[in-house]
Amino acid sequence: MQPQILCTYVCVTYTYEEASCKEAKRVSEGKQNWDLIITPKDKLLAIDWREIWRYRDMFELFVQRAFRVAYKQTILGPLWFIITPVLSVIVYVTVFGGIAGIPTDGVPPILFYLLGISIWGYFASCLSSTSNSFVTNADIFGKVYFPRIIMPLVAVTTNMLSLAIQLGIFVCFYIYYAATGTELELHWQVVLFPLLIVLLALMAVGFGMILSSMTTKYRDLQIMLNKIISLWVNVTPVIYPLSMVTNEKLYLAMSLNPVTPVMEAVKYSLLGQGQFSWLWLGYSAAFTLVLLVIGLMLFNKVQKSFMDTV
Amino acid sequence: MANAIEFENVSKQYRLGLVSTGTLRHDINRWWQTSILGKEDPYLKIGETNDRSTKGNSEYVWALKDINFKVEQGDVVGIIGKNGAGKSTLLKLLSRVTGPTTGVIRAHGRIGSLLEVGTGFHGEMTGRENIFMNGAILGMTRQEIQAKLDEIIDFSGCERYIDTPVKRYSSGMTVRLGFAVAAFLDPEILVVDEVLAVGDAEFQKKAIGKMKDVSSGEGRTVLFVSHNMGSIRSLCKRGILLENGSIKADGEVNSICDMYLSDSLVNLGAAWEREFNPNKDFQITKVELLDSKGEGKNLFSCDEEWHVRMTAHVKNRVPGIYGYLQFTKADGVAAWVSDSNDIVMNKLETLPLGESQIDILIPKRSLAPGSYSVYLNFTSSQNISGWNVDSPFDVCVFNMTDDRTFRGDKRPGYMSTLLDWKFV
Repeated sequence: MQPQILCTYVCVTYTYEEASCKEAKRVSEGKQNWDLIITPKDKLLAIDWREIWRYRDMFELFVQRAFRVAYKQTILGPLWFIITPVLSVIVYVTVFGGIAGIPTDGVPPILFYLLGISIWGYFASCLSSTSNSFVTNADIFGKVYFPRIIMPLVAVTTNMLSLAIQLGIFVCFYIYYAATGTELELHWQVVLFPLLIVLLALMAVGFGMILSSMTTKYRDLQIMLNKIISLWVNVTPVIYPLSMVTNEKLYLAMSLNPVTPVMEAVKYSLLGQGQFSWLWLGYSAAFTLVLLVIGLMLFNKVQKSFMDTV
Repeated sequence: MANAIEFENVSKQYRLGLVSTGTLRHDINRWWQTSILGKEDPYLKIGETNDRSTKGNSEYVWALKDINFKVEQGDVVGIIGKNGAGKSTLLKLLSRVTGPTTGVIRAHGRIGSLLEVGTGFHGEMTGRENIFMNGAILGMTRQEIQAKLDEIIDFSGCERYIDTPVKRYSSGMTVRLGFAVAAFLDPEILVVDEVLAVGDAEFQKKAIGKMKDVSSGEGRTVLFVSHNMGSIRSLCKRGILLENGSIKADGEVNSICDMYLSDSLVNLGAAWEREFNPNKDFQITKVELLDSKGEGKNLFSCDEEWHVRMTAHVKNRVPGIYGYLQFTKADGVAAWVSDSNDIVMNKLETLPLGESQIDILIPKRSLAPGSYSVYLNFTSSQNISGWNVDSPFDVCVFNMTDDRTFRGDKRPGYMSTLLDWKFV
């Protein structure tokens, strides 16, 4: 046995020497394996997923915080997540359905408005929180580094949870109507629902990143954003069915709105109102991709030194 | 040993002034030159060194210019320099809060940066929740925080309040909690900006002690910015002196600290004078250190009385104006501070218009032997905007010597008042 042990020993020594030799060589050549290299410019289209994964705890805590903080020091607490959408549906049903008399294509108005405003609300809040992510988080961003892109992701996730609550209310009403004998068309495309929501989220993030990168230095766009959102909702079939639009030019303009195909597809699959078209959704997806690419490039360009100008 | 940090030709340019249409024009021009014509950025060629007090011609300044240095693993480096010398910018670049304009920074190991305590604290969340939040923002995982939670709470000394929302905390408690989280951060490279200058004396001592533990054991690399030469000397082995954005000196910490202290006072003598400016509402044009015979000196015996005398010009009475006088000993510690409101409130408000003299008597056997600098500041407790008040700031240097007692000039500390050892 003796020689074998000796052999192992020699081997180990050898490897050790070799390794230290390499280390010395690397140091003498001025090459070191750096963990972090900071340069003036980053790659424009890269997302460091590994780094984002490392910060997953922070991501989770931010999402949790958004919820905990939302209705602190209120008596009804989380009930407000339910009360607010119900209240706005009541307003919509009275104002648009009752007073203005906008048709809902035979769908119970409560379901129609609830679905419309939940989906649009999700898109709008993702858009506005993403586009404000640099300005609202300037405090934290100015003191500590973490992948900046986490903030839009947090916004998208937080909003998704409130969307889930609203959809829960929707499902309750849906079951109620179905049980009381109202005829509701449910199409198989409903399985695509999660994908449609993701598409909407990506669209909002893409557009939001473009806006946020452009608002760090010049705040003009930030002021315009509220206007954009309140105008955008009018050219999206949220509170009225697309079938109501008879003016051809207007119809074309609304069809080019990338949110319209998604909204229509959702309404078609759940309520049987609206239209589902692969081609049209493809247009939406392509639009989203372009927004994301541009958004990411601008975001990466700005994120490094936005603190100097924000 | 291997290097932990390397700065190679790092520069950082800032633009001064407001963001407006002028900046848009520059941005468009920059984009045109670099992206379309493929030329160099035209605004990188201009720019001046960053001297806060002189008026410059360019709106671009170099907060850092061609910084080159290496830090070995396990080194504790103190970065010193006047306000605006570029210390904080340097730390910001290293902690990736902002990017360099040119150059490369390389680092080996996880960087934990502490530019502020309590980053991301949310008033509505409890102390405990905020510990997790703050720790996560600083790059700790949830398990790491959970494992150290008891220690953190204990170190902060806020146990009683830990399940109360942070908005109910006193500001001191918030800081304690923030520092406690940061103190248990475990990075290979720790970047610390003057966060120790917070909290009460007990907590400061605790914080410095913790910093010492962190830097002396475990082979951790620390970069530490402070104006307090005392803590720099006690924590660091090496010092880097920055001046107007470039490295002025780099070496053993004590010599660097001495250089900084003597340097900042090198242009100062026993008297200070400034040209009269007719536009100022309140200004000091002359400060002299005089002995009892009225002769200007800058070496005083502990056993003599002497005077700080200044010439003030009042054009318009500034409401709420007061003066602040500080003697700073060579180690950077404020040895003695006097406020014109100490005895009579708003005394300087009643100063007659025109030229007048203000005299402050320094009693004998007050300051300990050593070198001191005199700092003078005038400002108003009320809103100062609209008034043109001129403050002299660092004006003179002087030395105190003790030629009567046996201990003499070897007496440390800040006082030379003699105490009687009585038998009772």
